[in-house]
Amino acid sequence: MIRFQSVSKRYDTGQEALSRVDFHIERGEMVFLTGHSGAGKSTLMKLIMLMERPTQGQIQVGGRATERIRGSAIAHYRRNIGVVFQNHQLLFDRSVFDNVALPLRVAGYHDADIGRRVRASLDKVGLLRKERQNPITLSGGEQQRVGIARAVVNKPALILADEPTGNLDPELSAEIMRLFRQFNELGMTLVIASHDIDLIGRMNKRVLSLAEGRVVAGANPNSSGRAEP
Amino acid sequence: MRAKEAPRPQGAVQSKTQWRDRLASWQAHHSTCALESLLRLLRRPLQSFLTWLVIAVATALPATLYVALQNVESLGYQWQDSSQISVFISADASDQALTQWRDDLRSRDDIAELTYISPQQALDEFRTHSGLGDVLDDLEQNPLPAVLLVQPSLAASQGQPLQGLLDTLQQHPLSDDARLDMLWVQRLEQLLTLASRAVFFFALLLGLGLLLVIGNTIRLAIESRRDEILVVKLVGGTDAYVRRPFLYTGLWYGLGGGVIALVLLALGLNWLATPVSQLANLYQSDFSLQGLSFIASLQLVLLAGLIGLAGAWLAVGRHLAAIKPR
Repeated sequence: MIRFQSVSKRYDTGQEALSRVDFHIERGEMVFLTGHSGAGKSTLMKLIMLMERPTQGQIQVGGRATERIRGSAIAHYRRNIGVVFQNHQLLFDRSVFDNVALPLRVAGYHDADIGRRVRASLDKVGLLRKERQNPITLSGGEQQRVGIARAVVNKPALILADEPTGNLDPELSAEIMRLFRQFNELGMTLVIASHDIDLIGRMNKRVLSLAEGRVVAGANPNSSGRAEP
Repeated sequence: MRAKEAPRPQGAVQSKTQWRDRLASWQAHHSTCALESLLRLLRRPLQSFLTWLVIAVATALPATLYVALQNVESLGYQWQDSSQISVFISADASDQALTQWRDDLRSRDDIAELTYISPQQALDEFRTHSGLGDVLDDLEQNPLPAVLLVQPSLAASQGQPLQGLLDTLQQHPLSDDARLDMLWVQRLEQLLTLASRAVFFFALLLGLGLLLVIGNTIRLAIESRRDEILVVKLVGGTDAYVRRPFLYTGLWYGLGGGVIALVLLALGLNWLATPVSQLANLYQSDFSLQGLSFIASLQLVLLAGLIGLAGAWLAVGRHLAAIKPR
């Protein structure tokens, strides 16, 4: 699903965020990405989203070489990736429904189709009854679930989550992780950046560890899936 | 990642929308965008109205000048209709033959008025107006010919009939020469050409100003919707999708400004109409102010709309690219 081949990223400021990173994530996997802040997790996510381009090396996503994806093809490429942010990036000028519907509207779905899919997605995260509310009236955990509903509404093959539980208490975090596990069981590939070692340990999934821009553990699917202490 | 690759029993397969559906949804997005951007403007009536007013003033100024020019032009044509022919009588014409010819001319349909100026009258007039009285006193005889001032009737005031009348007068044995006094009409035409260039230049400047005003307004609109643009870009909105509402906003600004400009213009004309027709009455003219025709009004509004669209396009091109997801 995702293959990095000696990928380096050096920003214009001269800071080297990733250096010669190699790893492979298979279709249908659920992988945690850990490391201290500044280890390169965000850069790695941005490279997959084509928000940044590598200075060196090759990135394949879904069997496509991403360096060939340019211009308006980037927008179409992103429609196959659901993104969950730590600050959930919801728009407070519209209802929960409209927030979740955004990826479908952008992709040009029919209104009837949109209604059906948005409700299915909100149902999955348990917020069906709040579709008419403004997200600003929801709690932090609920807002994050709206963000997740928006990420999966398009049924993307890949979900990227950047510190999705960063602002939540352990109980809500566990709930979010349960949701992610369900999506994984439906066949979606998930890459979740997190520094919550305890939570990751309990999930019993493969952990890709980054330190100072290098992969220090979990580069391949067969590597053991426990978090290092 | 694509739908074809690995069909699974459930989930994670992106449905492919057919091109027909896409076209329909593209159209739907256009109409939604058009409506939503208009509603967005109407939701802040004061702010939008001020912008519309700025655009309207910038549109109404050159439009007013254009209308004024049109009116002067039509006034010029009316005067041209009343152009005179001066017939210079040959010096050896006998008084009797001349009187006969004047009677003949008076009976013609294509002549409305006939005025005879004898050489003595002409000399007196010249003496009073030229300031060369002393020089004239030295002359032994009057060098000025007798003149007939011929005022063509309305039917013969233009084109072929006028030319025919002129030829007849010219070829008559008693006439030395007949001249249509067109010089001042030509001068007026030159002045009008100059004025219309000036109006065009003025309109160009104001159009440029309009472009900048709308561009700046759209830039502010883009800034205020920055978060939305970021999210839309992240969930796979194309640049065209992001651009669309702003382009419609620009179009609405332009069209609205154009309509208000028409209203301003109509109010101004209405205000001037009475004094103008009173003035025209004093000159025994039935002249009245003409506004923009329906087609010209439509063109004005459309032009303003296009300038709005262009201004939005410039702003969007410059500022949207700068908003990238980080």
